[in-house]
Amino acid sequence: MKPKHFTIPYIGWMAVFVVTPIILIFVYAFTTAAGEFTLANFARIAAFRSVFVNSFRLALIATLICIVIGYPVAYILSREVMRVQRLIIMLVMLPLWMNFLLRTYAWMSILENTGLLNRFLAFVGLPTLRIINTQVAVVIGMVYNFLPFMILPIYSVIMKIDKSLLESARDLGAPPLAVFSKVVFPLSLPGVLSGMTMVFVPAVSTFVITQLLGGGMVILLGDLIEMQFLGAAFNPHVGSAVALVMMFIVIVFMYVMNKFGGGEERAVGL
Amino acid sequence: MTKKPGFFGRFYIAFILFFLYAPIFVLIVFSFNSTRSRSVWSGFSLDWYRQLFSNSAILDAFYTTIAIALLSAIIATAAGTFAAVGFHHTRRKFRTPLMQVNNIPMMNADIVTGVSLCLLFVALGSALRFRLGFGTLLIAHITFNIPYVILCIMPKLRQLDRNLVDAACDLGCTWMQAFRKVILPEIRPGIINGLIIAFTLSIDDFVISYFTAGGNVMTLPMQIFAMTRRRVSPEINALSSILFMSVLTLLIILNVREIKHEDKMKKRADNLKEVN
Repeated sequence: MKPKHFTIPYIGWMAVFVVTPIILIFVYAFTTAAGEFTLANFARIAAFRSVFVNSFRLALIATLICIVIGYPVAYILSREVMRVQRLIIMLVMLPLWMNFLLRTYAWMSILENTGLLNRFLAFVGLPTLRIINTQVAVVIGMVYNFLPFMILPIYSVIMKIDKSLLESARDLGAPPLAVFSKVVFPLSLPGVLSGMTMVFVPAVSTFVITQLLGGGMVILLGDLIEMQFLGAAFNPHVGSAVALVMMFIVIVFMYVMNKFGGGEERAVGL
Repeated sequence: MTKKPGFFGRFYIAFILFFLYAPIFVLIVFSFNSTRSRSVWSGFSLDWYRQLFSNSAILDAFYTTIAIALLSAIIATAAGTFAAVGFHHTRRKFRTPLMQVNNIPMMNADIVTGVSLCLLFVALGSALRFRLGFGTLLIAHITFNIPYVILCIMPKLRQLDRNLVDAACDLGCTWMQAFRKVILPEIRPGIINGLIIAFTLSIDDFVISYFTAGGNVMTLPMQIFAMTRRRVSPEINALSSILFMSVLTLLIILNVREIKHEDKMKKRADNLKEVN
């Protein structure tokens, strides 16, 4: 047996369990329950336009907040002593070991109308907030769950930047701010880009966060697909069409991102 | 040397860590609550820990999760290792498209992978007369684990010196012997990494399991999701606190050992310098 034949079983596996399912999504999206060709499933999507708009809007907001919060974390971290860096990276990853449904569920007890946050606000004499079951709660949930996936790739790219570049910039008289904006930031963009895909894709397709923190008031693409496959509105044909359109928009989004980033390789070494 | 971050920077990091740990802290604290409430503290008790071990629904889900994670991680690691070695020896013309197909489950949103496998299993199930259950769940987990295993092993293969294999073959090894005695030991760190990542992903997965497990099998995340529709029983808090604390302890032990080891190496290096 030659080494290249090692791939044959896996090629077979991929054909059945990776390629065929994707083909099935196409087939379902373009057929009726009776098996005839149709475009009606896509026409039905028009009714869900607001769901599409909301999903992409909220996922984009969450992604931007993750960059704004996560980038400074990665940058500050990269300047700490190695031992502190390792400890904090471990601390950033550790929450991922607690099931994300439970962590999201815990946010319910924090954000509820009579929850911990509001009781704290009332205690210090501030007006209480209505957060749970709004889009704000959903965005908080997204940022909370996906923030580590923004911090880690940015951090690993900043750490790979050649330190002599920073030294030469400083030797040539660049003030600290210019060293950051002209050297560090441009070189760390690949990390930001891979962080963006790692946050955006799960955020746009989530249905857990919306169902827990949005309380059914906020319906996103994930909820729509879930309802068509396992929920009350059972219709896998429409569900497939929604999934297909979502996949298409995400691919376009990632393609544009990669063009923008000069086609850099995914920088994260998971 | 770059300037160390000042007080403000450290405060910021501390604040973000507080944000990341606040809900976990809440969960752990309320696992000791004496009532079912998830936000009103009414006294310390170990009731939920006691009841956890008699709640068969939660324990069954826990065993299913562990069984699926172990089996899928081991199978995916074995399959992924062979596939990675094969890919490494395939000509670039074929390798590039194959790797792209391999990356599909990693790039796709989980929900798309989940529903597409769901469609496949339902179609195959009605043709071959089987139902969604433990088997389909296992296949789904293996499918989404293999790409991550391959991702871990490929860099190790690229680092491998090809001459080593040639030398082994020149010295009379068959190719399989060279694979076992030269390649495998060299890429072992990648294989172990892949195994750990596969196990973790599998334990944590909810979305893909949700669409491929059918109605009779439940993993722990699915059980938790079903409970959130009504009200999560604090026994789940107790179980997750136990799991979380065990991972934490394990990580602390590993890190302390690593730091001690480094200190020892440093001391030894210093001593050597003095001797010279």
